[in-house]
Amino acid sequence: MPITGQLRHLEADYDVAIVGAGPAGMAAALGARARGAERILLVDRDAEPGGILLQCIHSGFGLHAFDEEITGPEYAQRYLEQVLEHDIDVLTDAYVMDVGPGGRMKLMSPTVGVTGLDARSVVLAMGARERTRGAIRIPGDRPSGVMTAGLAQRMVNLDGYLPGRRAAILGSGDIGLIMARRLRLEGVEVVGVFELLPHPSGLMRNVVQCLDDLDIPLHLSTTVVGIHGRDRLERVTVAPVDDGREPILERSWDVDVDTLLLSIGLIPDAELARELGALFDPVTGGPVVSGTMETTIPGVFAAGNVVHVNDLADWVSREARVAGEWAAALATGARRPDEDVRLVPGDNVAYVVPHTISRDGTHTVSFRVKRPIHGPTMLRIGEVHRRKVRAVVPAEMVTLQLAPRMLEGWSGAVLRIDAVPAEAVVR
Amino acid sequence: MNHRHDRQPQPQAIDEDVATHVYLCTGCPLGCRLEVDAVDDEVVEVRGFNCRKGDRYGRQEHLDPRRPLSTTIWIEGAAIRRVPVRTAEPVPRDQLVAVVEALRGLRIAAPVKRGEVVVADVLGTGIDVIVTRELPAVGQRDHLTTGQDPPASEA
Repeated sequence: MPITGQLRHLEADYDVAIVGAGPAGMAAALGARARGAERILLVDRDAEPGGILLQCIHSGFGLHAFDEEITGPEYAQRYLEQVLEHDIDVLTDAYVMDVGPGGRMKLMSPTVGVTGLDARSVVLAMGARERTRGAIRIPGDRPSGVMTAGLAQRMVNLDGYLPGRRAAILGSGDIGLIMARRLRLEGVEVVGVFELLPHPSGLMRNVVQCLDDLDIPLHLSTTVVGIHGRDRLERVTVAPVDDGREPILERSWDVDVDTLLLSIGLIPDAELARELGALFDPVTGGPVVSGTMETTIPGVFAAGNVVHVNDLADWVSREARVAGEWAAALATGARRPDEDVRLVPGDNVAYVVPHTISRDGTHTVSFRVKRPIHGPTMLRIGEVHRRKVRAVVPAEMVTLQLAPRMLEGWSGAVLRIDAVPAEAVVR
Repeated sequence: MNHRHDRQPQPQAIDEDVATHVYLCTGCPLGCRLEVDAVDDEVVEVRGFNCRKGDRYGRQEHLDPRRPLSTTIWIEGAAIRRVPVRTAEPVPRDQLVAVVEALRGLRIAAPVKRGEVVVADVLGTGIDVIVTRELPAVGQRDHLTTGQDPPASEA
């Protein structure tokens, strides 16, 4: 089974065209095929399908999708093998420049040039991009050696370069934690991870396995306040922050490093949806979606990190499969469900996806809490469903299944999602 | 503030023989602080867990902590310069660095298949190191997927 799909002939019309061939795009393609779409196109701007999975060489993938813990490349390849088995057209090295209303797509690639095609349904699966130094405005010089953690990951794992000899990492997101371990194992001295918040942003197991195991210090409530170096980074100034997250400069200190990795968050790479005029959620930074993962532009679906940043590829694929299935259903004449129930964030909930749902059908409701609750927590969907869990943290997305029977006899229009300490819930 | 998880074994005398060691459970977001009472290599009791996962984790972590290990090695003749590999099973935690160092000088040639063993029984652990992705030789890509011969310039 070849790992790459190379398109021989691009059709002028597709039932479903998918932008991005990572864990979202590939799952959407399989969902579309399962729901009866005939002509399916999967487009990716990289040289081969797989997306960021290909540089995520660590394990932790597949526990939900394959019931087995595997690495990113293995996860990508398993999906790709299914994609090729199902005879889905895969166009790589291709950039989608524009998606117009009605599914008119303009793309360019070395093999097909600049060309247009019509898709009855479009699935946006472009994932997310990393926030950069500009997003948090760290003062100081602009030397080389300051880069995002994901870029360093690509350099080390695909291109075979080390970004430097002595590194600091700003931000304790999962990519930063994983790169701390990766650099340390490759012989780079990692002087520490600095996190603005009073708690780690990444998964607890990554704190233990990437930092504690290798004696890499984690400095909480601390941030980088200065970058120094003429051509190459020479040192950074770090400072603790007060309760209002303002740096306490009189307690700052300097750290000699030639590399600073930034792991300061991801933002949905959703420009195509923005240009289409889709409605956006200001909290997620991604488009508003319904229970079928359709954006507010009819026929244009979105799933995965382009909608909200997930912590597991498995959740991305699950959500994208729904998008692919509905993209196919609508392309082949099914009726759009009446999605007149709104899901809104309530107590201690930052955001909820999807934003609207129908009263029938089973929905996976995903949300993220604002603050950690280190003890029994009650998750509530309005008055229709509640579930008690052991704890919640912002780093781990929470999902609940909403079944039609839960909405039987309920006639409201808005469901509020709450995550509160269990003892505070009065029955 | 230098935050460190209190998970390195920190024996505290309870009576003459029993020592208590503290570990942080990674089973779920709760992150239970596990206290493992042990006499030498025999676990007497695990405390502080909220589910059975924690009990199991505490025992395993005390007696034989293991971790999954991934790294990359040089590959010649492929479209990228490094091929990802992993240990087929988790390796003892104190051998993570040694295993990566043992693989550092290794060079293999494309094509490779997912699951192919590149080093058997690495450092005598009884654990194999396997490739985690397929990488065709450069110029084979079109050949494999379209049935056409690769262009001479790439071959």
